[in-house]
Amino acid sequence: MGSPEKENKMVDKIKARVMDASKIKRAFNRMATEITERNRELNNLVIIGIRTRGVHIARRIAKLIKEYDNVDVPVGILDITLYRDDFSELEDKHIVKKTEINFSIENKDVLLVDDVLFTGRTIRAAMDSLIDLGRPKTIQLLVFIDRGHRELPIRADYTGKSLPTSRREQVQVQLKEIDNKDEVLIKEPGGIN
Amino acid sequence: MSFGKKHLLGIQDLTKSEILSILETAESLKEISRRDIKKVPALRGKTIINLFFEPSTRTRSSFELAAKRLSADISSFSKTTSSTVKGETLKDTVLNLEAMQTDALIIRHSASGTPHFLSTFCESHVINAGDGTHEHPTQALLDAFTIKEEKNRLKDLKIVIVGDILHSRVARSNIFLLNKMGAQVVLVGPPGMVPAELADLGADIDHDMDRAVKNADVIMMLRIQLERQQKNFFPSLREYRNLYSLTPNRFKKADRNAIIMHPGPINRDVEISTQLADSVKSVILKQVENGIAIRMAVLYLLLGGKEREFTN
Repeated sequence: MGSPEKENKMVDKIKARVMDASKIKRAFNRMATEITERNRELNNLVIIGIRTRGVHIARRIAKLIKEYDNVDVPVGILDITLYRDDFSELEDKHIVKKTEINFSIENKDVLLVDDVLFTGRTIRAAMDSLIDLGRPKTIQLLVFIDRGHRELPIRADYTGKSLPTSRREQVQVQLKEIDNKDEVLIKEPGGIN
Repeated sequence: MSFGKKHLLGIQDLTKSEILSILETAESLKEISRRDIKKVPALRGKTIINLFFEPSTRTRSSFELAAKRLSADISSFSKTTSSTVKGETLKDTVLNLEAMQTDALIIRHSASGTPHFLSTFCESHVINAGDGTHEHPTQALLDAFTIKEEKNRLKDLKIVIVGDILHSRVARSNIFLLNKMGAQVVLVGPPGMVPAELADLGADIDHDMDRAVKNADVIMMLRIQLERQQKNFFPSLREYRNLYSLTPNRFKKADRNAIIMHPGPINRDVEISTQLADSVKSVILKQVENGIAIRMAVLYLLLGGKEREFTN
């Protein structure tokens, strides 16, 4: 829900650059610490990133946990296209990508990861999808940006930054793995190019 | 990548990008069938009818399972259980079914062109599950998917199709698809089954199987339709077997990594030796598994998402 994968024909105006690379790095370090503090049994933890950017965030968190506690936490990839309830509104609905979770989530502490938490519908879909894959012991949620406007009773356990926004605005978490740069932008939809 | 069709009537009217979009979607959906809970909610609330006017186990159950794994509701009718035996016309049967608010009709019929006919008046999506000697698009798609899985590409592969090409909708759909994807297709069989006109479809023709299989990457055997034998398309079964059966000796002439395909049902030791059919070179059962993923992809691309403008 955070940032559109396809290039928009509309040119969006950048309204604010709310986080740069160093702020993003600090947020990652803090969240990784919180996760290791809260999860005494790190060996029971698995991380599942929601496509696309959630996956990269998940991998960074796993890497930090390895640095801090020398535990290898498995990372899986979840595609929730087939579980969406706003199916009919999706324009690029044709693109179903693969869910790649090569480990059992049965009785595991699952850390679900996404880039932006907005209405909560993506997370609802992700939880339905996870439960079809097994019965985790717990599910925790990490989002990089919580931008408010929830439509479902969902909250994050770990948040990189809470960012009050208007519904009109778009929040983009850019990650150097795919966007060449680490930054968080608030954009305002513009006119047609 | 895009898919703009309302119906799946044949491979002939699909674009290369539409074919790729089905193959890629199938790749993503394949994993669902290997889960403990083999079901996703994507087509919840959609109603699909399987109308099979010709016998089928594979295709029919494959479509049924594909629909169910996407959470659609599906009912199946065969010729003997439909009212056409009471004299109802096909159009009336279909209109009556549509009155029950169907979203898609999957049809197999012995008359070529039946799915096209339905598409002229149906509100529902029409999916061709085999019409006469015309097309069997999902078979060609699952074949292409399987070849891609084994060979990582379709382009420039040498693909030999052996059997009664003239009466085979599987062969026709495959020729259309493989041509679009840039593979080299060689058709093999006795002249009565592989007449020279078939070259017009864009394939090479060879009546000598030993020569044709040389360096082949894929050998696709078709079922000898024993029920057609009385029509004398070949002199005798024994002669056919001598000339066109896939035997270990013939298979040795193909590329060393060649794979063997067959759309099923197979006649063991008629068109293919039992030893080869059960060998590691045979991908026959993988074709069946991939059939589910392909049919899920087709149903998802046609029925999923919002109403849109269709190009057919």
